[in-house]
Amino acid sequence: MAQIFHHSTNLISRLSIYGGVFIIAALGAALYGIELSPWYTDQHVARQQPVPFSHKHHAGELGIDCRYCHTSVEKSSFAGLPPTQTCMTCHSRIWTNASMLEPVRASYRDDKSIAWTRVNALPDFVYFDHSIHVSKGVGCTTCHGPIAEMPLTWRAGTLYMQWCLECHREPEKYVRPKSEVFNPYYEPPKNQLELGRQLVKEYKIQSLQNCSTCHR
Amino acid sequence: MDPEGSQNIAGAGEAPVLEPGHTLATVTDKISSIVLGRGTTKGWMIGFAIALALLMMFNVAVTYLLIKGVGIWGIKIPVGWGFAIVNFVWWIGIGHAGTLISAILLLLHQKWRTSINRFAEAMTLFAVACAGMFPLLHMGRPWLFFWLMPYPNPMWMWPQFRSPLVWDVFAVSTYATVSLLFWFVGLIPDLATLRDRARNRAMKIVYGIFAMGWRGSAVHWKRYETASLLLAGLATPLVVSVHTVVSWDFAVAIVPGWHTTIFPPYFVAGAIYSGFAMVMTLAIPIRKFYNLEDMVTMRHLDNMAKVMLATGMIVAYGYMMETFMAFYGGDLYDRYLILNRMTGPYAVVYWSLIACNIVIPQAMWSRKVRASVPALFVISLIVNTGMWLERFVIVVISLSRDYIPSIWNMYYPTKWDWMTYIGTFGLFFTLFLLFVRFLPMISIVEMRSLVRETDEKPE
Repeated sequence: MAQIFHHSTNLISRLSIYGGVFIIAALGAALYGIELSPWYTDQHVARQQPVPFSHKHHAGELGIDCRYCHTSVEKSSFAGLPPTQTCMTCHSRIWTNASMLEPVRASYRDDKSIAWTRVNALPDFVYFDHSIHVSKGVGCTTCHGPIAEMPLTWRAGTLYMQWCLECHREPEKYVRPKSEVFNPYYEPPKNQLELGRQLVKEYKIQSLQNCSTCHR
Repeated sequence: MDPEGSQNIAGAGEAPVLEPGHTLATVTDKISSIVLGRGTTKGWMIGFAIALALLMMFNVAVTYLLIKGVGIWGIKIPVGWGFAIVNFVWWIGIGHAGTLISAILLLLHQKWRTSINRFAEAMTLFAVACAGMFPLLHMGRPWLFFWLMPYPNPMWMWPQFRSPLVWDVFAVSTYATVSLLFWFVGLIPDLATLRDRARNRAMKIVYGIFAMGWRGSAVHWKRYETASLLLAGLATPLVVSVHTVVSWDFAVAIVPGWHTTIFPPYFVAGAIYSGFAMVMTLAIPIRKFYNLEDMVTMRHLDNMAKVMLATGMIVAYGYMMETFMAFYGGDLYDRYLILNRMTGPYAVVYWSLIACNIVIPQAMWSRKVRASVPALFVISLIVNTGMWLERFVIVVISLSRDYIPSIWNMYYPTKWDWMTYIGTFGLFFTLFLLFVRFLPMISIVEMRSLVRETDEKPE
């Protein structure tokens, strides 16, 4: 009876058995890598906007307080996007002829909001409240990253649940004094853990990890 | 298989497990010719066409489900489980007979398992495949099924290990894996036989790949025997554990009618009961169509009937205890549940269940009934129905009326429920017919070991 398979089949079949395990493991690792990559999460990817608004210029170089535009951050779940009128408080006086700002002026003339592209949007099944975080010593830059260095704004975190839980499980690593919440240049001190533990106690920060805390 | 093998193959007055007159060659010829010689017969084609049509119906039902969501089913609060869970428990229970036959009866040296174990194991695999469909589809977003597995993920989420539903995932996936491996290892020498006997080159290659280079050397046999025994050892606890875990899906909850300690043993007995009924339902037509009466003998049918009788009695004891405990325990809700089962809106289902599972199978006490193939076939169908009704009673009646009367509601399956359920028969029989057509449905190797023993007897 003739051989059905060539002699080399032995090697191939052995390799395929051992390889199967590693190939599957490698595929899993690759998928996980993709899931965490900026290509998939938009983390660190600057968004194009109808007006190239620069946080770097306004919040950094000019030192305008976050709350000047995001007015409801201390009182509401939503930090608030400024109406065109807020822009015009300054821009009706300065750079009045800048072509870059024409969409802003057009918006003001026509009483039609500027359609900003949302950078940080949580899914609808998550309840998130800015006010509680801000009033418990979570700084703007803790989640939004070095906003004073962003010419165009990008998403600083992945917005994955892991990213939320990192802080919810160990708030002492991230919390800062309330007076520093709106400081875009805040650097955590060397003794962050020590300070953090003290602040967690002082601000009565609970490490909330129930599903229903956010998924109501 | 069994090296000691000095058992009484045919006890006094009992039919033999292999009719006399067979030699090693005739056994091999007969079984392998079903696959290689017979070709695709008209009867097989008709059966396959029907099975495939049902499978297509299943596909339609699933496609519509994926488009619309689980709302197309009859489930609504308070009955959130409905047909999907009824069918899941039913199918997974059916699989248990295959594992019992192949693992426990192997370890107990029960020779009569030999000719039915291969297709009983195939039945197990296909039943688990059908069972697996239901919890997946019932999740609503089946494409996220992998969330049930603990794996590193950016949600930092693990499955809720305190929930029996998660234990179920592990129980069923372990069960499927071990059953598949056990079945496949058992098939290897037979696949080699088919490889050697096939005349067509493509078939030689396909069987050759799956035979994994089997040459039948002493080393091969030694490894084969060790692997079989190890897998049998692994599969044995699964016979008990899988349906125990399935019963915990219910027993761990506090719904009246679910929250009882008798559930695990009673579920396992029910699983084996329905499984043997299904083996019988499959074995009777198969031995007829393929003229295998000399290999699947009356002895097999008789033994299976006895196993059904025994497990049926355990199930009956379970029903009795449920009723007894409801009154003895004195809990208002448990008591009401039993009365509601017996006299409520679903009373017909309950009494049909009692008739199918307890009353009618008692006929098998009679030797005459056990010797009648048509009677056994009908009883096996009745028991299959009865076990399905049992799961309906447990899932639907308990949920439809629990603690708060204001949320009581009736459950009615929709046509999509029926199409999905009947559709899984399409899946099952499509797979089964393909198995019967392309693989030896009786283990050639193990039957040959029986020949050796029947041959030695007269000397």
